[in-house]
Formats: sequence, structure tokens, C-alpha cells
Amino acid sequence: MSQALQAQLPVLQVVIPLLAAPLCIILRRRSLVLPFATGVCWLTFLVSVFLLGDVLEAGVISYELGGWAAPWGIEYRVDALAAFVLVFVSGIAALVLTYAPRSLNDEIPASRHYLFCTLYLLCVTGLLGIAITGDLFNVFVFLEVSALSSYALIALGGRRQALPAAFQYLVMGTIGATFILIGIGLMYQMTGTLNMADMAERLPAVEGVRTALVAFGFLTVGIALKMALFPLHVWLPNAYAYAPSVVSAFIAATATKVSVYILLRFMFSVFGLEFSFEQLGLGRALMPLALAGIFVASTVAIFQRNVKRMLAYSSVAQIGYMVLGISFATATGLTGGIVHLFNHALIKGGLFMAMGCVMLRLHSVDLDEMAGLGRAMPWTMAAWALGGLGLIGVPATAGFISKWYLIQAALEQNSLIVAVLLLLSSLLALVYVWRVVETAFFHEPSARAREAREAPLAMLVPTWVLLGATVFFGIYTRYSAGVAEQAAEAVLRGLP
Amino acid sequence: MNETVLGLYNYWVVIFLMMMGFYIVISRGNLIKKVIGLNIFQSSVFLFYITVGKVSGGTAPITAEGFEVYSNPLPSVLILTAIVVGVATTSVALSLVVRIREAYETIEEDEIYAQDEAR
Repeated sequence: MSQALQAQLPVLQVVIPLLAAPLCIILRRRSLVLPFATGVCWLTFLVSVFLLGDVLEAGVISYELGGWAAPWGIEYRVDALAAFVLVFVSGIAALVLTYAPRSLNDEIPASRHYLFCTLYLLCVTGLLGIAITGDLFNVFVFLEVSALSSYALIALGGRRQALPAAFQYLVMGTIGATFILIGIGLMYQMTGTLNMADMAERLPAVEGVRTALVAFGFLTVGIALKMALFPLHVWLPNAYAYAPSVVSAFIAATATKVSVYILLRFMFSVFGLEFSFEQLGLGRALMPLALAGIFVASTVAIFQRNVKRMLAYSSVAQIGYMVLGISFATATGLTGGIVHLFNHALIKGGLFMAMGCVMLRLHSVDLDEMAGLGRAMPWTMAAWALGGLGLIGVPATAGFISKWYLIQAALEQNSLIVAVLLLLSSLLALVYVWRVVETAFFHEPSARAREAREAPLAMLVPTWVLLGATVFFGIYTRYSAGVAEQAAEAVLRGLP
Repeated sequence: MNETVLGLYNYWVVIFLMMMGFYIVISRGNLIKKVIGLNIFQSSVFLFYITVGKVSGGTAPITAEGFEVYSNPLPSVLILTAIVVGVATTSVALSLVVRIREAYETIEEDEIYAQDEAR
């Protein structure tokens, strides 16, 4: 690859899907739009892989947008954490879109497919932009780009419940984003800069001032709303349950993870470890919420009849694990949190894709209708079970790696109670996963399940690739936990 | 006393609007009223940013002879972006309300959820 092109990779990462989105409207023809959008997604994935390679080799990449120097112009900044997030967001985006055509045919009228592709690419743009930018206001803009497109994507859901779900998400998402905007404004007022690295340098001088504390409060609450941290998660279950299968798979795997990334960026890179955790005790605030979220949401998940809704509640619980890792504010804890971002993205993305296969053949994701489905759709349900094992955290799956780090982090801090609670919470996951596995494999088939056929290969293969990856990364951790460890260390050091 | 009340009146307006908008979003069940509340809430933040950019005694940031002090143009420019985002949010919200009305024949939140629970 030529040097000139390589230097432009950071901006291409965002510009490619951004420019491709309106092109989808021009192409319009269904047979052209889907392959085009899929190609674009794979191209962005390729860009992000190159970026990760560069970062791991040569360290932080800083890109000046439009040639304007950093504190004044907008800076794109790719460090190990950002590159890691870019890779899995773009990778899952590409894989989900490859899987999408059959499921879309079934759930969204063909006349709207080009709009779906436009929205999808915009959502990808926003999520990648959040991860790559080093400018605070830019974070807000990209946050809204991804959020607005995901409201519309969710509203494409076939059942009418999708509409109030999308509306509720819109209201809470906008409040969260506006809180973040207020926080950024207050910080700008105190420091006169919007560049993250620049602000990190200037903040210590004004950290005692009440304005900085208020900014911190607004940002924390705003981000917590966006990432659906218990008890601010109410928008999430309905939004995931009623969205089209493809949208559920993509958004469940990526959107909340990117919000967790924003939390990491703000609390560690901008405010700094010392201010957030030692002076203000953010860890003491986050830990109980994380643990409460894990237990309450897992318990609620056990009682759901709609399996997609069950997975959504399980997502709230999994966010709890990530936040728990962050709340330790140690290298091991952060590694656990960051690697769980990645592992859970694979697991939950794969599980929702399996549910998309079920939706295609069964036209329902109700647990009762899924009785005996293991006979009609063995490959789909086996994939589901594999993902379920990952959720529980069985050894040799990716979920185990995350929990291993988290428990280690808890033991390092001598909080035996947290370690025991973590183990107990896995039992709750075991209960809700087992309910589905038992119903699908050991119950008499329902009328619908008897008529169902195995899902088409075009959908099964991407599902298995993603869930197979959870086993791969459960055993071979160089590029998941290894990179996460590097990212955690970089985050703890703060911005250079 | 006068310093805090009158000297910072912009901020009082911001806080009043912010709380009012936020309260409307939380307390009203009518979806259109929620959207309006959301708009008031966002507008308060726009005012806040513009207030931040004002330098007392400063003029518009165009270099000209005889002027030494200029206001900071950056917050106004930022908020131009935020206003666009706000307009987009409102339009998405309103189009969702239209579709909710078509699907449920009502835009009252509790009636919508009651309908889904009844089935």
C-alpha cells in the first residue's frame, strides 16, 4: 500500500461509509444496493484492520483533519483501544450485512431496502467516528449521527410495538446526548479547548472548581443513559426486541459497546484516573450499579417469553460486567472490561443472528413456539447454544476469558464478595440459557416448529463465523485479551 | 446579590428552560408534548453555549480598526451544528408520532401501552 494512502487511513475509515450512504439512495435498485453496501462495509473493515496493524506496530496515530493543527483543528486519534473498537465494530457491521439479504426480504418491504442500507451505513459511520475522533464536540456529533439512524432502523421493525420502542429510545437517547453536550460545554467553558489531549493537560488546573464537577456529573449520567447502565436501561429491551432481526444483531453488538468506549475515553483519557476515581470515587458509584444491573437484569431475563427480549435484558446484565471491570480502575479490571466489550459483541451479535434465522422460518421468537425447534433447525439452535455457553462463561469460550480477568481483578483487590457474586451471576445466565436450550431440544415440537426448515446457508454461515469466533477467541487470546491488555495499559497511562 | 441574580441572568434563563423542558418530557404522556419538551430542553443548551461565547464588551469577531475585544465565535458555530441535530431529532420524532398515531389511533403514552398489554 502506498505511503500516501496509508497516511489517509484514519479519515477514510469514516469518510467511506459516510459517502456511500447517500449513494445508496441514488443506486436505489435493490439488486445493486445491498451488494454495494456490503462491499463498503468490508472495505471499512479492511481499513480498520490496517489501522490496528499500524497502531500495534508504531504507536498512536494522530491525523489532522483538513490539515489544521491539533488543538484548533479536529484531530483523529487512533490508539490501541480506538483501533480495537474500530476493528470489531466494522467487522461485525460487515458480517451482519453479509447475512442480511434473506432476513431483510422477509421482514422489510423490498421498496425500502435502499433506505435501510443508507441508515445502516450512517449508523456505522457514527459508531466508527465516535471511536476515532479526538475532539469532544465531534463525539457528540457522531453520537447523534449513529443514534438518529438507529432510531429509524428500529422503527423499521415489522410489529407496531417497534414504533413506541423507537420513540422511547429517541427521547431517552436525546436526553443522554444533550446531557453529554452540556458536560462538554461546561468543560469548554473551563478550559477553552475541545481537543481531548489538550483538555487533559488543562483540566488539572481547574479540577477543584464546581463547574468541572458539574460537567463530570452531566457526562457520567449522559453516557450511562446511552450505554443502558442499570437503572437507566429502560429504553433498551423493547428497542432490541422489536427491531428487525438484522438491526437487533448489529445494534446489540455495537451501539452500547461504543458508549462504554466513550465512558473510558472521558473518565480516563480526559478527566484522568486520579480525578475520576481517587478524588471523586467513580468506582464506588459504578460498582454497585454494575452489580445490581447484573443481578436484576439477569433475573428479569429468566422470566421473558420473547427470546429476543430475554437477550436484550441479558445485554443490560453484560453491560454491568463491562462497567464492573472499569470500576476496579486497575490494569486487570480494565482488561476484563475491554475484552468483554469485544467478546460480548461477538456473542450477542451471533445470538441475535441466530434469532434472525428463527424469525425467518418461524415468524416468531416466542419461547413456546420454539419448542422442539432443535429437530427442525439443528444448526441454528446449535449455534444458539454455543453462544449461550459463551454468555454463561464456560471455559474455552470467549465469555470465560472476560470473567476470568474480572474475577482476578476482584481477587487482586481482596473483594472476595465481588468474586463470589460474579460466579453466582453466571448461574443466573445458566438458567435463562438453559430454558431456551431445553425448550428447543427436549420439548415436543410446536405446530410451527414441525413445519420449519433449516435456515438458508447464506444466513447460517455468517452466524457460525461469529459464534465460531467466540470459541476461537476463547482459546487463542493474542488478538482479543492481548490487545485489550495493551489498550488498558495505554488508557491507564492517560494521554501522552 | 445583584451580581448573581442580574449579572448572570442568561444562566438563570438557561436553567429555568432546561428544567421546564426536562419536566415536560418526564411528566407528560402526550407524545407531541414530549417532543416539545425535548425541544425546549435542547434550546436551553443552545442558549448556554452562546452565553459562554460572549465576551463582555466584545464585538463580532471580524477584524476591523478600532476594535480590540472580540467575542468567541466558536460556541456559536458549534451550536449551529447542534441546532441541525436538534431539527433532525425533532423531525424523526414527529414522523414516529405520525406512524404511532396510524398504528394505535392515539398518541397518549399510557393508552398505547394499555393496547399492547391487552392483546
